[in-house]
Amino acid sequence: MPVTLERVAGQEERVVLSMGPQHPSTHGVLRLVLELDGETVVRAIYDIGYLHTGFEKSFERLTYSQDITLTDRMDYLAPLSNNLGFCLAVEKLLDLEIPPKAQFVRVILTELTRIQSHLVWLGTHAIDIGAMSVFLYCFREREDILRIFEMVGGQRMMTSYIRIGGLALEPPLGWLERVEKFLKKFPGRVEEYEGLLTKNPIWMRRTQGVGFISAEDAVAYGVSGPSLRGSGVKWDVRKAQPYSSYDKFNFEVPTRSEGDVYARYLIRIAEMRESVKVIRQAIDGLPEGAVKANAPHIVMPERDSMKTSIEALIYHFKIVTEGFHPPIGEVYQSIESPRGELGFYMVSDGSPRPFRCHVRAPSFANLQALPKMIEGRLIADVVACIGSIDVVLGEIDR
Amino acid sequence: MSTEADISPVVEKLREFAPDALEEAQTFRGELTLWIKLESLRRVAEFMRDEKGLSFKFLSDLTALDHYPNEPRFETVYHLYSIDQNQRLRLKVRLPGDDPRVNSMVPVWPAANAYEREVFDLFGIHFEGHPFMVRILLPEDWEGYPLRKDYPTEGYR
Repeated sequence: MPVTLERVAGQEERVVLSMGPQHPSTHGVLRLVLELDGETVVRAIYDIGYLHTGFEKSFERLTYSQDITLTDRMDYLAPLSNNLGFCLAVEKLLDLEIPPKAQFVRVILTELTRIQSHLVWLGTHAIDIGAMSVFLYCFREREDILRIFEMVGGQRMMTSYIRIGGLALEPPLGWLERVEKFLKKFPGRVEEYEGLLTKNPIWMRRTQGVGFISAEDAVAYGVSGPSLRGSGVKWDVRKAQPYSSYDKFNFEVPTRSEGDVYARYLIRIAEMRESVKVIRQAIDGLPEGAVKANAPHIVMPERDSMKTSIEALIYHFKIVTEGFHPPIGEVYQSIESPRGELGFYMVSDGSPRPFRCHVRAPSFANLQALPKMIEGRLIADVVACIGSIDVVLGEIDR
Repeated sequence: MSTEADISPVVEKLREFAPDALEEAQTFRGELTLWIKLESLRRVAEFMRDEKGLSFKFLSDLTALDHYPNEPRFETVYHLYSIDQNQRLRLKVRLPGDDPRVNSMVPVWPAANAYEREVFDLFGIHFEGHPFMVRILLPEDWEGYPLRKDYPTEGYR
């Protein structure tokens, strides 16, 4: 028997509506149970778990290096952010120093991921509210970014390119030029999206004042990322607790105080522009050097060296068959994913497999604020609110 | 012997507020972990949230660990963050393997709601005073608690 709302005595005329899990506007397989009084939502609860795959159990079964491939599949719109969060947690556990070039390339990749994820959000969010054409514009630029990912990772989405100790490989020749070409073009494209929506009277009336959440409530419910900043709380993990040399870049953290769907929309648009700035700086200041840490027992050796050096061959064999042994301990490492604070809680018992790896998925926490946003509002606003908190069910259900 | 954790201002403040609530304090990789006595958890949590100069208002994460076959078997883990102080803190509570129960943190941090349901779902730890203690990820008729160490990865066949 799935989750449902009990009828309240004396309110028999109210309708209990099950929305989803197969609903085009629930961004995957989210199910909502709404109690309606006419068109007004009186109570709402959500039902999740339709995509539960037991990643956290699988983490305990595989070695640290193998686990990276699982992280791609959680937040499938931001696989590189997940890779980075996981790798940073393991690197913190190992107390491993990452070469500056690898850190900068990681920044370029995660910021591209942010743009890419925001593009999918913008396109689908606009479709939900009725603006069809924005979707096509957004997916045009998303395609460019996915091609950039394909160049480094060999795959468009499940890249697993960020590895423990650095990157899988040196980025190929011509890759940076490709990114630069995208950067030149992209700010003009953001203008196009804004031209379609920002001052559009229909868009404004559908989003302004809708889905309000106050700063206190947002913090209490554990909301993070653009949804939190839309309520006026200026907190971004990249600024507050910089990782992967984010302290070396100049960028703004867009914040607005309205706390409605429109504010969250403006913030994500502004974030795309800020990401372009960060990538620009990272390309201009890209250091020379290796992209892998000097830790032969942890980082896979180069293919070429395996053919000439017996040590490299032995290390390769050890890493593949056994893995490496981090010290006993526990760390929590969080990053700013496109959706908010993505945290990895990693516990090691000294064996080559994590004793426990828990993922603090930003959507999982953000979704808790949804009933607060929609209760007392019209049912037509529900889809606008779901879109505005940008949930990805893959990471909610894990 | 005084360790790095002992001289942390958070520990000092907590000692002043509730001298016997703290079981153990540890620092690893710059992260402070405090083990809190089961019965003092609620008091300590409210203190951490409301005390000026701490204000851990943001519950980042809540999860559990299973130390099977060791006793006390379970630990619940609370990751707190203070936006004002830009500081993180980890609280832990040890629970017995037989009928593990702990106070719900929903009255302190509403964010705990879904996390506690998840821990209940996957570890079988009961949160007393939780408003809606039902499974969240697995079907309601699921048997067993998959993240326990004695639950096989392939499931029961």
